Amino acid sequence: MDAPHATDTAHAVEHAHPGAREYIVIAIILTVITAVEVAVFYIPAMKPMMVPVLLTLSAVKFSMVALFYMHLKFDNRLFTWLFVIGIVLATFVILALLKLFGHW
Amino acid sequence: MTVAAATAELHPPTSTGLNSRKMLFWAFLGSECMFFGSLIATYLVYRGRDQVGPHPHDILNIPFTSVSAFVLLMSSLTMVLALAAVQRGNARGTKIWLAATALLGMTFIAGQCFEFTHFYYDGLKLQGNLFGATFFVLTGFHGTHVTVGVIWLWSLWTMAMKGKLPQARALDVEIAGLYWHFVDVVWVAIFTLVYLIQ
Repeated sequence: MDAPHATDTAHAVEHAHPGAREYIVIAIILTVITAVEVAVFYIPAMKPMMVPVLLTLSAVKFSMVALFYMHLKFDNRLFTWLFVIGIVLATFVILALLKLFGHW
Repeated sequence: MTVAAATAELHPPTSTGLNSRKMLFWAFLGSECMFFGSLIATYLVYRGRDQVGPHPHDILNIPFTSVSAFVLLMSSLTMVLALAAVQRGNARGTKIWLAATALLGMTFIAGQCFEFTHFYYDGLKLQGNLFGATFFVLTGFHGTHVTVGVIWLWSLWTMAMKGKLPQARALDVEIAGLYWHFVDVVWVAIFTLVYLIQ
């Protein structure tokens, strides 16, 4: 396979993106999750499990935007790795500093 | 001409078969994750260690910020619709959705300016206490990123209005979109860690 053909193939794969209907459905789901987050903040009964619930919902929103709007679900895996490495390092920095300053 | 073929004409073949600009931009976004990670870490480390107020629960306005978060989420939708439009060669749709994204971004920035002003008059200052310093630096850098994104979007919109953003240049919109969605996901994290988990 020559190089230009490989490039064409890669781009054909990269651009196999969803349509407007799928994007709108995802926006509705993101809006609902945001509403649930705010509700969790205000409902007193949710206080004991507020932190894990909010972190989980936030992670779901983050993943949905990255996978569907940033097209990581459809694009080459190399892009995903470039992004995930940054996220993992950032998470490590946050956890290390919290440990260093005695937060847990 | 398909988008793949049109885009392939604009850059030489690479060993990975992937566009170098897009690869570089993903690497940049990875570095941005570490940048915002350090700012978020600093905020979390110093949270609750203030000797003087105001404290987060004194001044943070959750309903107002929830609307701002919704506005930024909707701007991600309009951004991806702009990309879909330019990839289909729909010039009118491209202009409309790019303008809508930029306007939603400006709405978010206006909300942040209002919030900052309100906080300032409530006694929260950059040099006032740890909360003020870490909060303003974190959200200020995010707001700066949104501002850069808005300028970028209006630049693309101007190109589209002049007919200089054809289907073959869809990658220009895609890269701007990656930046915009990144700014959105950073706000997803800030909204939870700073505003909701106090």
